[in-house]
Amino acid sequence: MMKVGIVGYGAYIPKWRIKTENIARLWGQDPENIKSGLGVEEKSVPSIDEDTATIAVEAARNAMKRANGVKGNEIGAIYVGSESHPYAVKPTAVTVAEAVGLTPHVTAADTEFACKAATAGMQACLGLVKGGYLKYGMTIGADTAQSAPGDALEYTAAAGGAAFILGGDNILAEIEGTCSYTQDVPDFWRREGSLYPRHAGRFTGEPAYFEQVIKCSKALMETLGTCPDDYTYAVFHMPNTKFPLKAAGILGFEPKKVVTGLVVQKIGNTYSGSSLLGLAAVLDEARPGDRILMTSYGSGAGSDSFSINVTDQLEERKKLAPPVKYYVERRSYLSYSMYAKNRRLYRG
Amino acid sequence: MFKKRDVAIISASATKCGEHWDKGLKDLAWEAGVKAVEEAGISGKDIEYLVVGNMSGGMFVGQEHIGALVADFLGLNPIPSLRVEAACASGGMAFSQGYLAVASGLYDIVAVGGVEKMTDVEPEQATSVLSGAMDFEWEAYFGATFPGLYALIATRYLHEYKVKREALAEVAVKNHYHGSLNPLAHFRNKITVEDALTAPPVAEPLRKYDCSPISDGAAVAILAPLETARKYTDTPIIVRASVPASDTLSLLKRRDMCTMDATVNAANKAFSLAHIERKDVDVVEVHDCFTIAELLAIEDLGFCEKGEASKLYYEGQTYVGGTLPVNTDGGLKAAGHPVGATGVKQIVELVKQLRGEAEKGRQVSGAEIGLAHNVGGSGATAVVTILSRS
Amino acid sequence: MSLSAAPAHWRRMRERYRLLGSKCETCGNTFFPPTKVCPKCRRRGKITPIEFSGRGKVFSYTIIHAAPKMFEDYTPSTVAIVQLNEGPKVLSQLVDCEPDEIKIDMDVEVCFRKLFEQDRGGIISYGFKFRPLDTSWTKYYDEPRQAVDSQI
Repeated sequence: MMKVGIVGYGAYIPKWRIKTENIARLWGQDPENIKSGLGVEEKSVPSIDEDTATIAVEAARNAMKRANGVKGNEIGAIYVGSESHPYAVKPTAVTVAEAVGLTPHVTAADTEFACKAATAGMQACLGLVKGGYLKYGMTIGADTAQSAPGDALEYTAAAGGAAFILGGDNILAEIEGTCSYTQDVPDFWRREGSLYPRHAGRFTGEPAYFEQVIKCSKALMETLGTCPDDYTYAVFHMPNTKFPLKAAGILGFEPKKVVTGLVVQKIGNTYSGSSLLGLAAVLDEARPGDRILMTSYGSGAGSDSFSINVTDQLEERKKLAPPVKYYVERRSYLSYSMYAKNRRLYRG
Repeated sequence: MFKKRDVAIISASATKCGEHWDKGLKDLAWEAGVKAVEEAGISGKDIEYLVVGNMSGGMFVGQEHIGALVADFLGLNPIPSLRVEAACASGGMAFSQGYLAVASGLYDIVAVGGVEKMTDVEPEQATSVLSGAMDFEWEAYFGATFPGLYALIATRYLHEYKVKREALAEVAVKNHYHGSLNPLAHFRNKITVEDALTAPPVAEPLRKYDCSPISDGAAVAILAPLETARKYTDTPIIVRASVPASDTLSLLKRRDMCTMDATVNAANKAFSLAHIERKDVDVVEVHDCFTIAELLAIEDLGFCEKGEASKLYYEGQTYVGGTLPVNTDGGLKAAGHPVGATGVKQIVELVKQLRGEAEKGRQVSGAEIGLAHNVGGSGATAVVTILSRS
Repeated sequence: MSLSAAPAHWRRMRERYRLLGSKCETCGNTFFPPTKVCPKCRRRGKITPIEFSGRGKVFSYTIIHAAPKMFEDYTPSTVAIVQLNEGPKVLSQLVDCEPDEIKIDMDVEVCFRKLFEQDRGGIISYGFKFRPLDTSWTKYYDEPRQAVDSQI
């Protein structure tokens, strides 16, 4: 059976941050309460000239560097998953394809499934590669997440993204299996034309996030005949710090396996970039032979799980582009008013 | 094969520059044209050819076909009327073409005009229109403005030649001083170096007083062959040379960012044709769209070495009464910059100086030879004209 | 040309996205934007396409306070002329840095950003901008790896 896996990966997080306490003070809430409740200290904010497309391009360029020699015209597919595509009609994927040199012999499309839009694209690439249709495929998850001023989501809706190139050779980390779990659950949504999403409060927890993430992860491990002890790392979608740690606990993964990928603490929830950035952060640290479980989650709702084995090609090739840690630590702070200008909140 | 003949200016007139809410483009052209015709003691019917400098009637007032418009409104039909566009050098370029027409022998009495109506649109819109003078695709498209381009030149110049920011302020102060003595100037207020250094920034290091204004205005000069000029005036002013030259459109492709090769080439050719040396020049009108442009102009015209112009300013030599009076009417900064008209307005000022007709306090005593320097864009076009009292 | 013209946006898109230019094999000079004829060699010049590395130095810069229409959101903006390491000069904004950090001859690298939008419903134009070159990220690979046993 043909092996397929990650041939290159890259991350990008914008430089600007706003602290949880700046937002809390504006709305008359207790900063310490919020910070401990969500486990998020600050979130990333895009520059006024950054958007999902620009973030996707930066991440894709980093992925190309790690793919070490894979040329743009060898990548035959590109999928960009996001909740904040710059256009409702005209895919981000074509802009990224043009900017990274994949055009014109490439299939391209944007995907949407809340925070798990990109992992659906990953599965599509795996199928096309394994089916022999193309040599390499690229998937990017990136967002400049929107949140209504004063809403709880404002503390965590952040900006960032990660790109993955998948293929059958030059594999850094083999994807040994994937599965999905999908149901119609109205936990969080945004109607066409609405500026900001809405959510159903506590309903987003047990019947939404936890139901899909737990069931999906279990289903994958059953199919592969693996158990939590077989994994060095686990990455779960991160709307905040609490949810992924709780999911890990329920499934039987020790907290230490989740911590490496837990980027949400410092940068917030990058939505379609979230689980992918967590995976990138893990790959930055992982050694040959390490096994990683990644389960994404998208409201609406569904999860995609992947079981990944690190090869010895990762050691040297990861060094070809900046690690997630670099982007997390590279930061400058904004006041709420500058943040509002960047996010165009004043235009309503 | 014909021999080029000598050409003289028999009259030259300009409107005041400023915000003329009550005057449209046609009114401005008419005002300057009528004054010039009367001063020459001719009838409109005597004019055989009209050349008009205008940068963008289309984008400022929705009007193209400016050649036809001015000929019509000055009652000059059916003579040929040519509109010349070379961005801010439109006026100077128009003058060089009018000169060509008379020198060739094909036309005797030729009127050269320049007109621009800039205040019907909002300032941001006017700024956008002026961006047409730069490389739209690779400069304006990426966020450059005109002050921005000249600021980029200024930053580099101050860095390369170790010149202080104060030198730019001295240029502005001098031009405002001269403008205060000129009833036709857009701005009549005097300013200090301190005012210039602390004014609101436009594109650093350029501040409000480093930038010429948006003005309405028009100017007309009438040319005739020198051999018949005395029929019309006792003081014909001889055109010794009027030479345009070009350089790359974009600042990015220039050989040296701090030198306008178009100015250098036009000046060298003009001085050679006129059989004159730099030291012979008594009064100069240069293109100070921004203060840095004036420093560059003095150097590129050959009046001093590259990087040394500021010395003349610190010593006050460029004031009326100094060794090289520059922009005795206030230049573009104080007298105004109605883009297409500026090149001709400079000629009007030189004619005044050479005839001894400038206002008290700003007349260069005994001026015999004058030089006008008009630039388009960030230096892609330059026109150098040398005039002398006969 | 009105900035709303879709063909005009599209025509130079590839050069804007990827810093594609030309090289004259005969004299070795490189050009941006691409050229069909070498100004030095004229018809003797053999022109081939080149993708610039994106590395360069600040040749000059300014901070523009009076923005033209369409760039109002970016005011004040730092605009620089960058000399690419290969030779040609380009003009663009400098991002991810404060004005007082900028110096002539500073090393910069290319990044992909929005240039402007016509309006909320119009075409978005993307292209190159430059940020200070930062190669400090290599140090993270020399640090001891975060042990999987670490506490939250």
